[in-house]
Amino acid sequence: MTRNTPTHLALAATLALGLAGTAHAVEYGTLDTAASRVGFRYTQMGVTLDGQFKQFSAQLRFDPARPEAASTTVEVPLAGIDTGSPEGDDEVKAKTWFDTANHPVARFVSSAVKPLGNNRFEVSGELSIKGKRRPVSFPVTYTPGTPTATFTGTLPLRRGDFAIGEGDWASFDIVANNVEVAFHFVAKPLAQ
Amino acid sequence: MKTRYTSTAIALHWLIALGILASFSLGLYMTGLSLSPTKLKLYSWHKWAGVTLFVLIVVRLGWRLTHPAPALPDTMPPALRLAAGAAHWALYALMFAIPLSGWLMSSAKGFQTVWFGVLPLPDLLAKDAALGDTLQAVHEWLNYSLLGLVVLHSGAALKHHFIDRDSVLTRMLPRFRKA
Repeated sequence: MTRNTPTHLALAATLALGLAGTAHAVEYGTLDTAASRVGFRYTQMGVTLDGQFKQFSAQLRFDPARPEAASTTVEVPLAGIDTGSPEGDDEVKAKTWFDTANHPVARFVSSAVKPLGNNRFEVSGELSIKGKRRPVSFPVTYTPGTPTATFTGTLPLRRGDFAIGEGDWASFDIVANNVEVAFHFVAKPLAQ
Repeated sequence: MKTRYTSTAIALHWLIALGILASFSLGLYMTGLSLSPTKLKLYSWHKWAGVTLFVLIVVRLGWRLTHPAPALPDTMPPALRLAAGAAHWALYALMFAIPLSGWLMSSAKGFQTVWFGVLPLPDLLAKDAALGDTLQAVHEWLNYSLLGLVVLHSGAALKHHFIDRDSVLTRMLPRFRKA
């Protein structure tokens, strides 16, 4: 019995090293745009409507072993908006809404990632839309997978904070102030 | 022999007539507007009115099926009586089909109907832009058919009253008794 002990220790050490090595080997960084989605949900006189951003890009770095070091920059070219109706798509590009001619891109840049446990994280950063910058934070759920991992979450925002919908549209009794941006990012491991 | 409609039938008839006149005019007006908060508000009101009318019409149909209409005057030729019956059932069919087509059109266009902004009606169809356009055309044509029948209906009622001088119009009028 005692003569076997060193072998067991060696085996355990090898396993531990192997596991630690695996955890460090997977760092996610490449977005699978075709499998990812960025949508939004808004309310119009009690009617909930869903829209999509057909174009977006994201740079992200996420190492499950060091989540607090994670960072991301997400860019959404607003010309690719789909509000659910062609009439709406034209309208929201106008000056009173997103003013896409002068502010074509909405951007989020993370500044901190705080682990909440159970593969959930609070991501903080700055959201800029239509020349307005606001600090935001929202929970993100990480789902590990091979070869891709997913990051999903919802970012609540108030359109009034970004002057989205001015003039006749500024009142919130027709189109509500609260908008939820929901994202589903599928990320591939960084090339080693 | 019953000579008048019941008070319930009379109340439902005039309430629905008023509702149809209002929501038909609103529908005609709002579709020509360019996108604005007012347009969205009017669309919501039109849809709320449509759901309300749909409920009233279902109640009215139930009432009509359990409370037969008073008989038409014997002086009317049988063919005309048959035509009057057919026209009335066509009116009922259109009053039922028009709000239903509007509800289906909204679903197909991806805008759910939420009654008074509070009670969501289920979407019976999935979003489908082409189907939405077809249902819009259906909704319009059903409305123009109703307009034609309402003109016929009102014209016939006036003819009964002023030319035939019978009680066909007055039996549908509310009776205001002195207290």
